[in-house]
Amino acid sequence: MIPTAVIGIGQTRHAAKRDDVSMPGLVREAALRALADAGLEFKDIDAVVMGKAPDMFEGVPNPELFLADALGAAGKPMFRVHTAGSVGGSTAVVAAHLVSSGIHKRVLCVAWEKQSESNAMWALSQTYPFQPPVTAGAGGYFAPVIRAYMSRTAAPEHVGWKVAVKDRLNALKNPYAHLQLPDISLETVKASPLLWDPIRYLETCPSSDGACAMVLSSDTAGVKNPAWVLGTSMRTEPLLFAGRDEVTPMAGQLASKDVCAEAGITPAQIDCAELYVPFSWYEPMWLENLGLAESGWRAVDRGDTEMTGKLPINASGGVLSSNPIGASGMLRFAEAALQVRGAAGAHQLDRARIAMGHAYGGGSQFFSTWLVGAEKP
Amino acid sequence: MSAPVTQMKAPTRLEYLVHAGATTTTFLHSILKGQLVGRRCPVCHKVYIPPRGACPTCAVLCTDEVPVSNSGTVTTFSIVRIPFEGQRLTPPYACAHIVLDGADVPLLHIVGGCSVDEVRVGMRVEAVWLEIPQPTLATVTWFKPNGEPDRAVNDRGEVVP
Repeated sequence: MIPTAVIGIGQTRHAAKRDDVSMPGLVREAALRALADAGLEFKDIDAVVMGKAPDMFEGVPNPELFLADALGAAGKPMFRVHTAGSVGGSTAVVAAHLVSSGIHKRVLCVAWEKQSESNAMWALSQTYPFQPPVTAGAGGYFAPVIRAYMSRTAAPEHVGWKVAVKDRLNALKNPYAHLQLPDISLETVKASPLLWDPIRYLETCPSSDGACAMVLSSDTAGVKNPAWVLGTSMRTEPLLFAGRDEVTPMAGQLASKDVCAEAGITPAQIDCAELYVPFSWYEPMWLENLGLAESGWRAVDRGDTEMTGKLPINASGGVLSSNPIGASGMLRFAEAALQVRGAAGAHQLDRARIAMGHAYGGGSQFFSTWLVGAEKP
Repeated sequence: MSAPVTQMKAPTRLEYLVHAGATTTTFLHSILKGQLVGRRCPVCHKVYIPPRGACPTCAVLCTDEVPVSNSGTVTTFSIVRIPFEGQRLTPPYACAHIVLDGADVPLLHIVGGCSVDEVRVGMRVEAVWLEIPQPTLATVTWFKPNGEPDRAVNDRGEVVP
């Protein structure tokens, strides 16, 4: 495979409603920043790959078709990746493959969601013919799974509150983050209402407008600090099958094993990670699922995942602080790259030579991961 | 300069026709007779309800029909306390994973007929049917406690036999 690196990263300011820009304006904001970071222009790009969550979330069918010109894709190969909430990660993986396979030299990937244009909660709450008349909302699918984790590990309630506080305090160091909650504390999280028991309001992600873009390239001449792609993985499993363990899905375990094998490292060599954590309890759950900790909740409780801990998770503030769904996965991948490039600004970590980006989607069915490093593989 | 146009409403409407297919048609006919009938995989012997035409694990056709009990066990649950657009019930209500006796996969359904605070892992429940069955799984309106002693649920969310 041809060595491939992230040479440009851009993201928008994420907010509940970006009514100052249209959808083309939003994706262009991220794309132009990524190009500027790479010192390139649209004419230097060979292909464009886009990703976003299901169309119902915005009420706009096939938006990639009318966004092609805003992203300089006219006359070039352009296509869309579609893997539910993991799509931002999968879009980056596809872009990396187009470069590492030698098909293209420079690929622009873009992921976004302009959630204020429709109602994602409504889109997630549709019932289908011949199924039970159950509508539970965005957190309704995940809350029973979180309860199962809590009961099988006997994890104390405050572990979820700690993650909710940590990620929001990290977000204060990230000027792009949607939620800025300087007064957050264990007490305010504990006092916030139960939405989907056992999930509390402050343990859930916001609904955001935002976009993220990256330039991947095999040509790093003149690039000061490329983030080298050390490995990629995408894994899938059905929503329902006998013996399925939704707390720790097999597809997630495989996505981690596979990406580490490709990079030739063990999980212990990962310095920091950006994990897709839309509800606070998913941090300890994914730590175990990905093989990053024996006991996820104990790692959180010890402070291991704080910015000063031994395995910082979501120094950017994570999905709990900004959630433009389609972009959320790419933000994880991009933030991992920012860390190894030493370009994360106020939320830069001291030791970040190898970082993991992770995203999941659907009913914990679609997983994508990558490992990026400061050293050329 | 005139004020910027920041947003306009453009409602979208979508109607679609669903073809139930052979497996679901058989299932709906059984519901009209007041019975829950699943299907068993000939390779792994797991029973699916609602029935599946093919086993998602073994990728072979499931043709054996297996009656499944009206009673089951809650393996995990959530209490929905938040109102949202498109909701059909008034919060709070309990959404539970219920493994029916004789089935190997959970059904996501409502537990009613008791206070939400009484809902627990291991609780025994039974299906409450509409008086006149309709060809839809909504014919089972919810599950209510059946008064039997709780069952143990293991770390994999399985009911201990």
